[in-house]
Amino acid sequence: MTTSNDLLVVTSSPHVHSPDSVPNAMRDVLIALCPALIAGLYFFRLPALLVILSCVASAYIAEIVCLKVMKKAPTGEGSAIITGLLLAFCVPPHLPVWMAALGSIFSIVIAKHLFGGLGQNIFNPALIGRAFLLASFPVAMTSWSRPLDGVTTATPLGIMKEATGQALPSLGELFLGSVSGSIGETSAIAVLLGGAYLLYRGHIDWRIPGTFLGTVFVLMAIAGAIKGQGLWYPFFHLSAGGLFLGAFFMATDWVTSPVTKRGRVLFGIGCGLLVVLIRLKGGYPEGVAYSILLMNVVTPLIDRYTRSRVFGGVKSHA
Amino acid sequence: MSLINEFTKGIIKENPLFRLVLGTCPSLAITTSVENGLGMGVAFTAVLIASNIAISTMRSIIPDNVRIPVYVVIIASFVTMIDQLMHAFTPALYTALGIFIPLIVVNCIILGRAEAFANKNPVIPSIFDALGMGVGFTLALVLVSACREVLGAGTFYGIPVLPESAPAILMILPPGGFITLGCLLGLMNKLQKKTA
Repeated sequence: MTTSNDLLVVTSSPHVHSPDSVPNAMRDVLIALCPALIAGLYFFRLPALLVILSCVASAYIAEIVCLKVMKKAPTGEGSAIITGLLLAFCVPPHLPVWMAALGSIFSIVIAKHLFGGLGQNIFNPALIGRAFLLASFPVAMTSWSRPLDGVTTATPLGIMKEATGQALPSLGELFLGSVSGSIGETSAIAVLLGGAYLLYRGHIDWRIPGTFLGTVFVLMAIAGAIKGQGLWYPFFHLSAGGLFLGAFFMATDWVTSPVTKRGRVLFGIGCGLLVVLIRLKGGYPEGVAYSILLMNVVTPLIDRYTRSRVFGGVKSHA
Repeated sequence: MSLINEFTKGIIKENPLFRLVLGTCPSLAITTSVENGLGMGVAFTAVLIASNIAISTMRSIIPDNVRIPVYVVIIASFVTMIDQLMHAFTPALYTALGIFIPLIVVNCIILGRAEAFANKNPVIPSIFDALGMGVGFTLALVLVSACREVLGAGTFYGIPVLPESAPAILMILPPGGFITLGCLLGLMNKLQKKTA
């Protein structure tokens, strides 16, 4: 069959071959991000396109340069594109292009490669990029504009937090995404579509988004009941801000989330708790990014305490 | 010849911050501007020289069992003097450095030089050792704070060097200190490997 003259190479087992590989998985994530990308481009037009292009391009270039400088084998540059795209999704559409590029480079160089590259980073690189931008350029990172016409306005969560008396958008608007916010997070339906695709392809475990969203929903329902807001309140908090994007695409990052099943449940609950705490009691209107970053910190600990027992082994004292 | 050696070793080969990784607490906390870094470095060097001289002179009469408390008492006296002097003559710098001036007392470089050098060597070499370590630490502080001030505030020693919207405030916040120091340490290790 093959024209190659190589001798038959016999390796030791396992011989199982799977089509799953890093480039394949990255391609699937890119496909899953497409609906949110289209929604973001539709609602925020040219500024969003520029921010996305600059994030993706600078992430890709930073990745190539890092691999070259550190003399590492090129494994899945696709992951850099995803990092850049995810970062672009959680910044405001009118962010100056050079700031977006800077955040992207920070994500790749500091949060990824200085920690050892793909698979070694403690924190989700895209979220570190966002945290870097928010701490460095607080004004530019909190200037929001209305979709389509670009008039400056607060985000739905901002309106709720500041209680400025502006009208809150309806649940339908939040679901479609015709509200102000970050490029890729406003449209709940687009992000959900992508998340469903990832679940279907088996790239992410339902436990993290399930428990994450469930925790937020239950706690917000209780908070809503206390405030006398009714069932509208938890649904508002689910679909506003970056919760869906965070739950499906960032909390489920293979590198920075727990590997055990029980650990993932704990991780999701922790993220949900922190989001509710930050949104209701904290100083920021939105807390998804910080909640995931904070849970990234305890991921190794969660993995350690939820390690399953070897069959027949004795309970270890962790 | 060896005196020059005692002086130069502190600058590169045994740089307290970059090679021995001592004194990281002030290096992270006060390096938000070159002025602070320089001020801290000078205050530190003054205390180090004085304490090295005092400890080296008294090295034969300090009982070995209680030498650490004795060092601390000596260092604390000099720090108190520097603290009062700075309060009187450089009030702005004094406010900017705040608690980190009294904290020079527990700076591990000064205690380390007392234990490792001044306690075992005559006065003249001890002065050169202190000078070298002081200059080395000051240069390191200035380097760290220059990176942070330029990137985080867009100025160098108070002179604007970047456009107004450019500086990333993060770099003069605590995370910026850790990132800068980490990157510089990595760079120094890389350079050291190349020359070795």
